[in-house]
Amino acid sequence: MGVLTISRQVRNRLHGSWMLISLIFVVLLPFLLGTGLYIKSANLLSNHSISSLLFSTEWKPISGKFGLWPFILSSLWVTILAVLFAVPICLLTSLHITQYAKRWVLSLMHPIIDILAGIPSVIYGVWGVLIVVPFVADYIAPLFGKTISGYSILAGAIVLAIMIIPFMLNILMEIFKTIPEELTEASLALGATRWQTIKKVILRKAFPGIVSAIGLGLSRAFGETIAVMMVVGNVTRIPYGTLQPGYPLPALIANNYGEMMSIPLYDSALMLAALVLFVIVLFFNFASRMAIVRLEKNL
Amino acid sequence: MHQGCKIHIENLNLTIGKQSILKDINICIPEGKITVIIGPSGCGKTTLLKTLNRLTDLYPEMKVSGSIVIDDQNVLESGQDITEIRKKMGLLSQRPYPLPMNIFNNVAFGLRISGRLSKRILHKRVQHYLEQANLWEEVKNRLHEPASKLSIGQQQRLCLARGLAVDPEIILADEPTSALDPISSQTIEHKFLELRGKYTIVLVTHFLQQAQRIADNVVFMYLGEVIEQGPSDEFFNNPQQEHTKHYLKGMFN
Repeated sequence: MGVLTISRQVRNRLHGSWMLISLIFVVLLPFLLGTGLYIKSANLLSNHSISSLLFSTEWKPISGKFGLWPFILSSLWVTILAVLFAVPICLLTSLHITQYAKRWVLSLMHPIIDILAGIPSVIYGVWGVLIVVPFVADYIAPLFGKTISGYSILAGAIVLAIMIIPFMLNILMEIFKTIPEELTEASLALGATRWQTIKKVILRKAFPGIVSAIGLGLSRAFGETIAVMMVVGNVTRIPYGTLQPGYPLPALIANNYGEMMSIPLYDSALMLAALVLFVIVLFFNFASRMAIVRLEKNL
Repeated sequence: MHQGCKIHIENLNLTIGKQSILKDINICIPEGKITVIIGPSGCGKTTLLKTLNRLTDLYPEMKVSGSIVIDDQNVLESGQDITEIRKKMGLLSQRPYPLPMNIFNNVAFGLRISGRLSKRILHKRVQHYLEQANLWEEVKNRLHEPASKLSIGQQQRLCLARGLAVDPEIILADEPTSALDPISSQTIEHKFLELRGKYTIVLVTHFLQQAQRIADNVVFMYLGEVIEQGPSDEFFNNPQQEHTKHYLKGMFN
């Protein structure tokens, strides 16, 4: 064996191990993140019971009360509402693009979606303050006989819905594109109309994918911070309706991070909020993955 | 129109942009017979088959002209109920594509689309067509399992049952055995021989031996044109065109 071959083999090994190391790093990342947040919030957890922290509605850092429930609820309201707005729009759009539209529409849509996805979220926030908040105040609230500033859960959900549309639309289009044309042909050949084919064959075949798209959309929406923070009102109170202001978890962390040093346990509480955010997003991911596995079995 | 033609194709042209895929096709497909379309890959066989039940509508870039007359009705004329035309033709594709539902519903799909049936009659019909496709015995205890759990040979027979269930007059088969093992292929071939007479069968294949075994009538296509067509015996034993002779020789050497 020549020197050249040996050095080649060594180099081969070396490069292989670099790849393995970066892989391990990526696999460990979520655990590192979770552990870090846990260690940081352990201080608070040793003084308070976890249920009192999660489900108490009192948030008074100065008197040492750190109830996260209003924030968790606000986050859930904004996120679920946003996904409810975005899903039908994304579904119908992606179906139209992949099933009905001419090919050039598809090639036109890709750059448009990329542009939408690439806009910094602060711009969505500004746009929300200028357009959505007044719209909610002037047009939506009067419908229900209310006078509000417009900074509300609803405004947050609308802005958030628009932000996750490009994200979910992209996934859904990819899903519909993977369904073989022969399946459509088979259904049409049996005498089904285009709509019957979409309803009974395509949507069915795509269902696990649609569930995963919604799951990813939920996770994405749940953590979105700045744009929501700008329009949602940020009032620490249990929201009882979509026209009321809310205060989602990410906004809580971002707004208070600077002043946390002055009050004891405040930093721990914010880290706990981050941990809760992390766990809920993990849960969304996990649940949608479970659902996909279940659903795919029946196809 | 020729006597005894179930499908009569006249001056059929199909283009994609400037490219001509089918050129001036004229074919008579006799009723109740097995007509086999052969030719090297890329010669337009599959496209021709898709034109017959207008699956070409799915691809707006394809421009079709000419006429395809089935029972005095020109399929290509616009303004007809395309779903009715398609129901006349069962389609069996190269690989089986079971619908994303259970075995029973795969066969019941077409039946339900055609009209409401009572549960009992629906079940009877499904059984009948699964028997027709030689599949009933193998699946009668697992009708509610997803169709994708079946072996690929079973799936192809399920697709046949599903196609027969809409009570077509014509069966269009696009290399239906190319993905199957020899035994499953044989089952399908035998089935076609049994079904001949009741159905007009149009089979696209690139297996010359298969064509020889089951064809009544052969159409040979090359580069989008029909080179030669006629009864199987004549075609294989006494081909008229040079192209055909070369093709047959090439395959048999």
